[in-house]
Amino acid sequence: MTYIAKPRVSHPSLPRNELGLTTRDYEGSVSTLCAGCGHDSVTAALIQAVFELDIEPHMLAKISGIGCSSKTPAYFVNQAHGFNSVHGRMPSVTTGANAANRDMTYIGVSGDGDSLSIGAGQFVHAIRRNLNMCYLIENNGVYGLTKGQFSASADIGTKPKKGLPNQQEPIDPASSALALGATYIARSFSGDKEQLVPLIKGAIMHSGFSLVDVISPCVTFNDHEGSTKSYAHTREFYKHVANIDYVHPSKEIQASYAEGEAMPIHLHGGDTIVLRKIDREYDPTSRADAFKLLRERFHAGEITTGLLYVNENRAEMHELMQNIETPLSQLPYEGLQPGSGELRKLQSRYR
Amino acid sequence: MASVNDVVIKIATVNGTGSASANGLLRKSIFRMGVPVVGKNYFPSNIQGLPTWYEIRVTGDGYSCRSDRVDIMVAMNAQTYARDLAEVKPGGCLVYDSTWPRSSLLNRDDITIIGIPLSKMCNEHFDGARARILMKNIAYVGAIAALLDLDLDIIKNLLEETFATKQHLIASNMEAIHLGFDYAKKSFPCPLSAHVRKMDATTGHIVIDGNTAAGLGCMYAGATVGAWYPITPSTGLMDAFRMFCGRYRVDPESGKRTYAIIQAEDELAAIGMVLGASWNGARSFTPTSGPGISLMSEFIGLGYYAEIPAVIFNVQRTGPSTGMPTRTQQCDLLSCAYASHGDTKHVLLFPADPAECFYMSPQAFDLAERLQTPVMVLSDLDIGMNDWMIPELEWDDSYVPDRGKVYSAEELEEMENFYRYLDVDGDGIPYRTLPGVHPKGAYFTRGSGHTKLGAYTENSADYQEVIDRLLVKWETARTMVPEAEISYSRFNKAAILTLGSSDGACKEALDRLEGRDINLNYCRVRAFPFTDAVGEFIDQHEVVYVVEQNRDAQLRTLLITDIEADQRKLVSVLHYDGMPINAGCVVDGVLEEIAKGRAA
Repeated sequence: MTYIAKPRVSHPSLPRNELGLTTRDYEGSVSTLCAGCGHDSVTAALIQAVFELDIEPHMLAKISGIGCSSKTPAYFVNQAHGFNSVHGRMPSVTTGANAANRDMTYIGVSGDGDSLSIGAGQFVHAIRRNLNMCYLIENNGVYGLTKGQFSASADIGTKPKKGLPNQQEPIDPASSALALGATYIARSFSGDKEQLVPLIKGAIMHSGFSLVDVISPCVTFNDHEGSTKSYAHTREFYKHVANIDYVHPSKEIQASYAEGEAMPIHLHGGDTIVLRKIDREYDPTSRADAFKLLRERFHAGEITTGLLYVNENRAEMHELMQNIETPLSQLPYEGLQPGSGELRKLQSRYR
Repeated sequence: MASVNDVVIKIATVNGTGSASANGLLRKSIFRMGVPVVGKNYFPSNIQGLPTWYEIRVTGDGYSCRSDRVDIMVAMNAQTYARDLAEVKPGGCLVYDSTWPRSSLLNRDDITIIGIPLSKMCNEHFDGARARILMKNIAYVGAIAALLDLDLDIIKNLLEETFATKQHLIASNMEAIHLGFDYAKKSFPCPLSAHVRKMDATTGHIVIDGNTAAGLGCMYAGATVGAWYPITPSTGLMDAFRMFCGRYRVDPESGKRTYAIIQAEDELAAIGMVLGASWNGARSFTPTSGPGISLMSEFIGLGYYAEIPAVIFNVQRTGPSTGMPTRTQQCDLLSCAYASHGDTKHVLLFPADPAECFYMSPQAFDLAERLQTPVMVLSDLDIGMNDWMIPELEWDDSYVPDRGKVYSAEELEEMENFYRYLDVDGDGIPYRTLPGVHPKGAYFTRGSGHTKLGAYTENSADYQEVIDRLLVKWETARTMVPEAEISYSRFNKAAILTLGSSDGACKEALDRLEGRDINLNYCRVRAFPFTDAVGEFIDQHEVVYVVEQNRDAQLRTLLITDIEADQRKLVSVLHYDGMPINAGCVVDGVLEEIAKGRAA
């Protein structure tokens, strides 16, 4: 799967980020997914996003569960620590890792089976804790590695390659996350890198739980006529409602957006994202608007994409726990226990 | 038979009526008179309204297990009068609330019946329903104090310590003590022949439960991340960690915490968090019980194969399935030793009492990080939730946590390449790196097949090389785990071998058997894998009575599988009814086996 190394040669004219690194420095092993898999486009978007954010590779943790999507961490940023854990349990591993070191950037890559079936409980509770992470779902409506069973995100009426159409109610990760109180919810399409990269960047810089639900078609098991997760179907029905531009704190906000359509949102860390609203009426900082939009557009058969909801005012997990700023894993041992004298004293209550 | 400083008092109450603090007061008063005590809770899986018992064994000889008799029954629960009455040993006595006539209690003529109008007196002296119920409990402590000749000044001191900030409660509690005390004094011959007499056998000791001691141990070990899902009987462990951290782990300047306690959505998430935190360099642990181990098993296998430290406390309760959640057993030895699918085996530590719960906590973290593997501490409900007298806990200020083989940024900088699973030192333990330290330290952690270089593999030879190296590590673990407690004080060919909370019962049984001219050597294993000394001990005996608290002789099975002990020698003495084992169980079991001819 992931043992093929890429040549480490890069062209001198490749652009460099503030760390002096090129996109080549953010690449991973060669993908072993099927040719044309949507997940590989997501990988490319991830590489570009972390490159443009000037993230030091070793300060990035990329964590996953099990499945085609969960192989993704092997395909980007070789010099970041990766953790391919157990099926559906990426959120708990990320919670623990983040608890130990709040200074790092956490990207969790999951799939619709990993997050909406076996790992539904952990997905829900990572949101509840407002865990500071970018949670990316590569959503294709099927199980790939076990050869094409429907997942919980399969739409009613969508057809498998063989057998009967799905009749069960789909679980929409974006609507679920909204109901559960997620503080950054975006949806995109693997085939729309221009939209996806800034959404991932915003998700990484957002303080708290960010969901990026990416429709990422499965070319082998779910790209046929009658499938609602195929490339053709997604291209036909997806609609942007609010795209964003990510603005680095050192750069000024460009004033090229028409009045009333541009909406700057200041992130905790000092960065800014600028919303470019396609739908003038839509306000992604309103949870009620987001509910209404997702429900109405979903029933109309549309795939609503863009930044669907953002709330910068809720404390993330460490803030909620009132933890010290220093990563817990880096605290010197001497300060962690009060010594033998205090042990003697505290035992008086047990006499 | 009961005698001075050898008395067992059992108090039958209804749970949720506040009797725990009264019982604690009684137990502490005896302890402060210098007399060793054992305190056992027998409680239901319920919040309010069901029967509960607290048993205080006054043991001048300093035995640590529960007794097999009841000398004084304090029958405060009408629901259980009949069985409580039946349980009193001939010659013992029964104390009851005589506010209402209880003719059924008077039908034994071989015990003394002591009626004290506790409710009537408390109703006359105190206002409010809650206060009357609570003071009734304190009043029976007063009555027992008269019967046992306890020192009222000591009781008063204890109340003053408890209510230092609520002065008015000291007077009202003392008033209740006197109600019971004075009534008993004037109505019955006090003290009883079996009473308490001051001695000096508790200096330098404390009475504490194992969960509190383990939570304290985790703080001293420098644990920073605790993740858990509440489950009886382990909950007290995280409660204690939280209490001690609240006192000692809040940064005085910023008011910020230097620890994270995460209440997980289930045990699967709890162990996932522990592995994530440990992978990222924090000392991390989770307390749980048997059902939690079942849920954690998949992740425990990942920890074993991907070689990630983790500390798991399993406070065992009676299984299988939900079993009896408030009863004790040593029933998870096999499920912990071989938790998870595939070829896995795990390091286990077996504390025998709260003292070892404390000392084995830092040991567990040291071993987990040194061996880069999950380590489980197998306590049980008896140790975790009951009150044990132990020597005062001590801390060696020169202790430095063993973080194991972790490359620093400087070491990585000097290196050409880092490979995660190379056996550099030949002890089966590779070097690891922590995320966020150095780009050269990056590697891919996975539970799928991997080579010694850390790469994914489906190649047979590469896979097997790593899986075989883990066996080398297992043998290294054998040399690092705590040594068994072995005593060869008696020259003979038969012995008792046990573990954990069965220790106290076995030691008392050795004394009793000696009184019958049956002399046995003793071995208490303190860890799995078993040290070489355990194998040698078995080799030197013709018969080894393996005492454990489960039905299926799980310790015996481990001895056979791990060190190929001769199974014909290993004779099981089992106790598994959910109550803590006592010396009688061991003595009877051994005598039965001897009668069957299984003797040296």
